[in-house]
Amino acid sequence: MEKTWNNKAWFFVLPVLILVAISAVIPLMTVVNYSVQDSFGNNQFFWYGADWFREVLTSERFHDALMRNLAFSAMILAIEIPLGILVALAMPKKGIWVPVCLVLMALPLLIPWNVVGTIWQVFARTDIGLLGATVAGLGFDYNYVQDPFDAWVTVIVMDVWHWTSLVVLLCYAGLVSIPDAYYQAAKIDGASRWAVFRYIQLPKMGRVLLIAVLLRFMDSFMIYTEPFVVTGGGPGNSTTFLSIDLVKLAIGQFNLGEAAAMSLIYFLIILLMSYIFYTIMTNVGVDKPYKGADE
Amino acid sequence: MARIRLDHIRHAYSAELAKAGTYALREIDHVFEDGGAYALLGPSGCGKTTLLNIISGLLTPSEGHLYFDRTDVTMLTPEQRNIAQVFQFPVIYDTMTVAENLAFPLKNRKVPAGEVKRRVADMLARIGLEEKANRKARGLTADEKQKISLGRGLVRSDVNAILFDEPLTVIDPHMKWQLRSELKQLHREFAMTMVYVTHDQTEALTFADKVVVMYDGEVVQIGTPEELFERPQHTFVGYFIGSPGMNVLPCTVDGSDAIVSGERIALPNGAGFKRTGKTELGIRPEFVTLVERGGPNAMPVTIDKVEDIGSERIVRARLGDHPLSAIIEEGASVPSQAAVTFAPHALNLYADSRLVDRSGGTA
Repeated sequence: MEKTWNNKAWFFVLPVLILVAISAVIPLMTVVNYSVQDSFGNNQFFWYGADWFREVLTSERFHDALMRNLAFSAMILAIEIPLGILVALAMPKKGIWVPVCLVLMALPLLIPWNVVGTIWQVFARTDIGLLGATVAGLGFDYNYVQDPFDAWVTVIVMDVWHWTSLVVLLCYAGLVSIPDAYYQAAKIDGASRWAVFRYIQLPKMGRVLLIAVLLRFMDSFMIYTEPFVVTGGGPGNSTTFLSIDLVKLAIGQFNLGEAAAMSLIYFLIILLMSYIFYTIMTNVGVDKPYKGADE
Repeated sequence: MARIRLDHIRHAYSAELAKAGTYALREIDHVFEDGGAYALLGPSGCGKTTLLNIISGLLTPSEGHLYFDRTDVTMLTPEQRNIAQVFQFPVIYDTMTVAENLAFPLKNRKVPAGEVKRRVADMLARIGLEEKANRKARGLTADEKQKISLGRGLVRSDVNAILFDEPLTVIDPHMKWQLRSELKQLHREFAMTMVYVTHDQTEALTFADKVVVMYDGEVVQIGTPEELFERPQHTFVGYFIGSPGMNVLPCTVDGSDAIVSGERIALPNGAGFKRTGKTELGIRPEFVTLVERGGPNAMPVTIDKVEDIGSERIVRARLGDHPLSAIIEEGASVPSQAAVTFAPHALNLYADSRLVDRSGGTA
């Protein structure tokens, strides 16, 4: 049958294109515009070429913040993914406790980010905070306001508290979708608990784990609100992540050109890392090309 | 390999249900002989899968005992019972290759590596997947996956029994025939006790030496396909087996005659009992002959429609108020003033849905 070619279809795409243009493309282009110019008061702009990019990429400040971000994301993934899987495995599969567990799990996800920050800011204070006072009372030298290590521990524990449920819920969804017959067959095959996890549960969770890793990576790499509220990036610069640094640069120092260049670099890093994760995880366990693949 | 004995087994899915007398499986007392091929046949919800899971050990019966040969296995796990089960949906380990899938149950049982290799190679040849041995199992078709799950059972040569839970449900029709005959072939080679659950009569009748027909949590008849066809012990069996099923006509009994909507039908061996309860007369459509009205013993019927199914024709008629089916040859004429006669040897009399043994006494 001959296909009818008709350009009218573009009209259906048009509203989406306009929306995306207004919400994403045009603002992004403004940033691109800033990134190649230097600005002075009274709205004067001067062409600056790629110099801002060069400056950002060679600045120690940027390197330090980037390293902090990478370390933070690595730790978050290393803790939240296995912990999330463990909690999901331990959750009941049927009965009245299922909705109870699900609601409890969903609670932290429902709290606005700056509220989470405020909760922990108070919670971890050594004078009036339940956690801080308890830890200090137990004889630990804990003070997140002054000690960089304590600040990091606080920020990470807070993120684990806030976001592990997301991994749990995703993994749980993957787990409950496994038909009973798989477990029954495994029993009959004499599989150990570990083998059931390794060969049935983990492969079936593969898809949702990919989503969980991607979401947790992107979110943790872009983290801003919670550490900003709790530590303000301190003590010193010890918890100044890229986003916090970026805001300091743009709003604090009003250096629009450099901040714009930095945002673009930041954006490209996230894009690149997400692509790498996606490629690795979708290729794990996939068949290598074999002879006669075209049958 | 083992003889499986079900000793007064009953099952209810909870204690409350048992108290209320709602058993998914009412009392079953039966023996599956060693090396036999059995089919559990019945409609959805009749308890056949429950029975299968009790045999495999995925369920523990509420009452009764299960024996493999002389061992009481009622409380043993599926692994300890050493049985294999093939499920409705093919269960394969996605991330393993075909060969690894087959080796899995052996490795779990710490079989020496050389032995594993030999048996896996042998099994790959038997199920015809040698060429795909090193491929990941996830990309295969449904019938190949089902062969793998079957192979995982057969690869342990010492299994006591192989249980099938509607294994061909997701297989394409043209592959069903092939897989079924391969199954039959494997049964002959291995001579293992096989129990096959299905709701498809063709599958049951072609696979099994003996068919166990279940209805509403009970075994209503166990027999060869021939017995099920000729002497259904229960009106349900008559109705469920055969296409179309047996005609079941409410009747009253008078001496040695049955009376169906005023028509008197002579029963060759007499009624065999004297009582007034629910009595029915069963006759298979194959044994109903369509004749002109007025002949000897001819009972006038009204014909509703004639269905042509290619090889033969099915006449849907009414005898008085009761629907009646008859099978006639392709090309045979349908009389305009139709009547029917019944082949006397094929008449079955049922009291309260159960066959009356007319060689003497109630069955």
